[in-house]
Amino acid sequence: MDAIGIVFEASLWAAAIRIASPLIFATLGELICERAGVLNLGIEGIMTVGAFAGWVSVYNGADLWTGVAIAALAGAAFGVLHGLLTVPLGLSQHVTGIGITLLATSLTYYAYRIAFPSVTSPPKIETFAPLAIPGLSQIPILGDALFNQTPLTYLAFISVIVVAYVLYRTPIGLAVRTVGENPAAVEAQGIDVTLLRIGAVAVGSAFMALGGAFLTMSAFNSFYFDMVNGRGWICIALVVFGSWRPGKALLGAILFAAFDAYQLRLQQLAGAYLPYQVFLMLPYILSILALIAMSRRAGYPRALMIPYRKGER
Amino acid sequence: MATESSTSNREDVVLRLAGITKRFGPLLANDAISLDLHRGEVLALLGENGAGKTTLMNILFGHYVADEGSIEAFGEALPAGKPKAALARGIGMVHQHFTLADNLTVLDNVILGTEPLWRARSRHAEARAKLAELSNTFGLVVKPDARIADLSVGERQRVEILKALYRDARILILDEPTAVLTPQETEALFATLQKLVERGLAIIFISHKLHEVMAVSRRVVVLRSGKLVAERRTAETDRHELAELMVGRPIPEPKVEPIPLGPVALSLRAVTLAGEGHPRLQDVSLDLHGNEIVGIAGVSGNGQGALADLVSGIAQPSTGALSLFGQEIHYFDPAKMVGYGVARIPEDRHAVGVVGDLSLEENLISARYREQPFSQRGLIDWRKVREFATRIIADYDVRCPGPQAATRLLSGGNMQKLILGREMAENPRIILANQPTRGLDIGAVGYVHQQLLKARTDGAGILLISEDLDELLALSDRVVVMYRGRMSAPMARRDVTIRHLGLMMAGHGFAGEADAA
Amino acid sequence: MRLEPRAEAAKSIWAIAPLVAVVASFVVAALLALLGGASPFAVFAAVVKGAAGTQFAFLETLTRATPLIFTGLAAAVAFRAKLWNIGGEAQLYAGAIMTIVLGTGALPLPAPILIPMIMAAAMLAGALLLLGPTFLKTRFGVDEVVTTLLLNFVMVLVVSMLLDGALKDPMGLGWPQSRKVIAEAQLPKLIQGKRLHLGFLIAIGAALLVWFVNARTTFGYEMRAVGFNPRAARFAGIPVNWVMAKTALLSGGLAALAGVSEVAGLKGNLTLDLSPGFGYTGIVVAMLAMLHPMGVIAAAIFVAAMFVGADAMSRTVGVPNYIANVMVATALLTMVTAMLFTRFRLKWR
Repeated sequence: MDAIGIVFEASLWAAAIRIASPLIFATLGELICERAGVLNLGIEGIMTVGAFAGWVSVYNGADLWTGVAIAALAGAAFGVLHGLLTVPLGLSQHVTGIGITLLATSLTYYAYRIAFPSVTSPPKIETFAPLAIPGLSQIPILGDALFNQTPLTYLAFISVIVVAYVLYRTPIGLAVRTVGENPAAVEAQGIDVTLLRIGAVAVGSAFMALGGAFLTMSAFNSFYFDMVNGRGWICIALVVFGSWRPGKALLGAILFAAFDAYQLRLQQLAGAYLPYQVFLMLPYILSILALIAMSRRAGYPRALMIPYRKGER
Repeated sequence: MATESSTSNREDVVLRLAGITKRFGPLLANDAISLDLHRGEVLALLGENGAGKTTLMNILFGHYVADEGSIEAFGEALPAGKPKAALARGIGMVHQHFTLADNLTVLDNVILGTEPLWRARSRHAEARAKLAELSNTFGLVVKPDARIADLSVGERQRVEILKALYRDARILILDEPTAVLTPQETEALFATLQKLVERGLAIIFISHKLHEVMAVSRRVVVLRSGKLVAERRTAETDRHELAELMVGRPIPEPKVEPIPLGPVALSLRAVTLAGEGHPRLQDVSLDLHGNEIVGIAGVSGNGQGALADLVSGIAQPSTGALSLFGQEIHYFDPAKMVGYGVARIPEDRHAVGVVGDLSLEENLISARYREQPFSQRGLIDWRKVREFATRIIADYDVRCPGPQAATRLLSGGNMQKLILGREMAENPRIILANQPTRGLDIGAVGYVHQQLLKARTDGAGILLISEDLDELLALSDRVVVMYRGRMSAPMARRDVTIRHLGLMMAGHGFAGEADAA
Repeated sequence: MRLEPRAEAAKSIWAIAPLVAVVASFVVAALLALLGGASPFAVFAAVVKGAAGTQFAFLETLTRATPLIFTGLAAAVAFRAKLWNIGGEAQLYAGAIMTIVLGTGALPLPAPILIPMIMAAAMLAGALLLLGPTFLKTRFGVDEVVTTLLLNFVMVLVVSMLLDGALKDPMGLGWPQSRKVIAEAQLPKLIQGKRLHLGFLIAIGAALLVWFVNARTTFGYEMRAVGFNPRAARFAGIPVNWVMAKTALLSGGLAALAGVSEVAGLKGNLTLDLSPGFGYTGIVVAMLAMLHPMGVIAAAIFVAAMFVGADAMSRTVGVPNYIANVMVATALLTMVTAMLFTRFRLKWR
């Protein structure tokens, strides 16, 4: 096995899709918020909430899909809070987002400690099992990578299609895109800017929480502190990298994940020469590079981070 | 105040405002305003900036809620504070600042909000057909798939009108619709309005321009300081009467005495300023002398901003040269320009002219805080700053609670006086005045004009950029027109007519743009 | 319900806002305590006792407040100029690394020379670390929130790498920790036999210095103007990018001092758990202080008291100490909301 040969291995791509799945959910979520004009830096905390809520529900006897739904609802609740503070009140989206992340994370850890006061290793749950799609999973390389994953991964891909369709083909999607460009245009056509934006942030936050839930319900089978580990911040970079378009964001997430999977394997190969920390740094550095590369592109929502107050110009 | 009942009968009344009152803190923006609008008429709502016209219309459209009073449309009460209800009743509004999303297409902008939000698919084909039909009927030509960002101002306004017509509006409100149009575009708009009223629409035309009101309306109501002070049939009044009603006193006309030109102060030689796609300025040459005002006409966005950036020291030429008093400038920097004696009155007072959250005294030193006596070795001497601020506030009659008040609390006129005070304090030799009177009431406009003319007498060269052609022709010694980044040859004021300027603003006379309109 | 701008800034709210934030955080904490099956009063009593009940507890609170004053000042300085430095954590570690590099015997100098040198080198390292994201912001328009956040993760990995390699303590029995700083590099204790050290006084001095810069210097004026309205500042001739760079240097340098103070004043060596999120908590401290440097001292002591008190409380009452993190986050969100009402009032129609 050499550095080039890894690229053609099915297991690399299967791992890439697995790593990409939570990023796809959370990137979609951030994309929806930003398309509506609201930067959501609560993403890191909301993913943590989603990871815990889904996992703890299943641990307490809920079935897996109920756990997924509870995670999404918990995420949406924090989304509503972020929306209330940033939309009608127009608070700084930067500071509020950081505050939401701190609040969501610390509430989660508190709840975890209340629920499991004195465990040394957190209990495990029965997670989603891979579901091979008959026929398609037999395709060489691609079959294993794409069609032998857990249902949550399939949900992630379906979500991209649904979100893209809704954004570009339906009246509500048009309204969301417009409110991120010029809220006055939405207001003038008789649509409530505040409701629309809060709604978009809530839905977006639900997707972020799904990204977190994927970690505890599909990737791992338990909840750990710091398990989101900066994935939320990376997703913010992926939204920029994807020029605020669901399809490009999906591509970005997969590319990113493929690189991550590749570095994990390269680490085994070249670990003797370079400290493992160098490889762990790469995703973060890659995200920064992606932000720089895409910085000059237009296409960001024009009203992003600008609060809208009725009648104020 | 009771509205004078005109010849038309009561069934013709499509809209009735009764006793509308709105306060903003201590300010009484609308004071018990009542008026009727009839089917098939253009009603002009005339008033100065700040008279309360826009507030009234925002209440009508549901953006604001009135403190008192009621609105009836087509005989039924209109619920307050709900734009949706106004739209549903057939009230359409074309705002002064267009409410369009620049990155979306014309079609998207038009159909937004016209379908139930939760429909599974937008009906683009039907919408396209209806839009085409409306375009044909009213002669409002637009490309449905063009991005708004790629349209001219006139085209954007057409989209705004189509938005209202697409919703089957029966009442159309236009807020200062001509502010950004060329005279020819304005004529085209008036023709459109005529077609609309012939089909039974009722139109409220908000303006502070007397000749437009005379040209387009059947009735005029005049607002002054939030009160409805008069109602006239247009045929039975004239500009002079309306002007006095609007201002409440005779208006002083600025007097420009011819004086000999001074030496060349500012000189542009074949200046080009690169931009995204096309150049912001292209091969622009101009000599500005002392003791003269050169007026820059043009539809906004045709290079005036770039010219202002250049003279302000924010942008630098890609090719060509800018000289001040015969000295070519190589290093462009706002502070440097101020040092050379350039005063800069920016287009957007609130966003660029001042830092609203700083105090008046802090704003007054924003270009000179590094110099003595305001600071020494990096330490600011606030006592000296306050002395200076107190003097400027008195000299320029800035009405404010004191030098330490937050600047954003000032009215537009007082903010402009503050900026004038800051820029003119050091007897500048060149003045860049970009839309210096936009949005000011007549008293403040007169003050600004007087200050500019005084500086001209004192030897300054003044570049006056304005969209108000009346203002340009009243003050300028020479006038140039800008179109797509290029500049016409200067013309003496007496050789220029509004009509001629209008044609040039649409591109006539510029090489390669024989018939751009 | 809608917000209307106030004609006059409401001064009283400047005093009320921190109070509201503190009360709100206690209300949330009371709910959480009930959820955890404990009496809120017992929890509060234990927190207060743990934070200030004894001389030892109070000194411990001041010791914990020391790095928070530095990171709080770092955030306050940067936020004033609207430079969203969320990278206090990374800058803190940069300072800590420099302390180990210079303070473990590489420079055999007496304390009065060595300590200032370490501080200067650490400030430079922290400053340079923030200069990168600032350059990306001013030059390419890259959001510095995301880049500084991402750099926090990178920096922790850099520390981990150094503790496995160049800075590893050969006597450390394989633990990822550095060698101890030499005696000349240690910040002396303020009270014999207690943990409170000179770093606390340096932090107070730093706050006074920032206050002076804000109030009296052209740089302070520039930061304010740029923070409130960069377009207008640039138009006036204030060198916006240069001001941003200077702000970044000051902010990054202050955060790095937190690292110096923790290593040279308290821990003695560098480990991966040097900072339990001091960088992030500094943001809360700055907001609670309404970005005022004197307020930062008070806010840092308050926040430190919550953490120290909650630690003690969790040992006696058994409610998880994460309650302190929740309180601090609640205080932050309440504070920014309350601040809004200095400029707007609610109208119920």
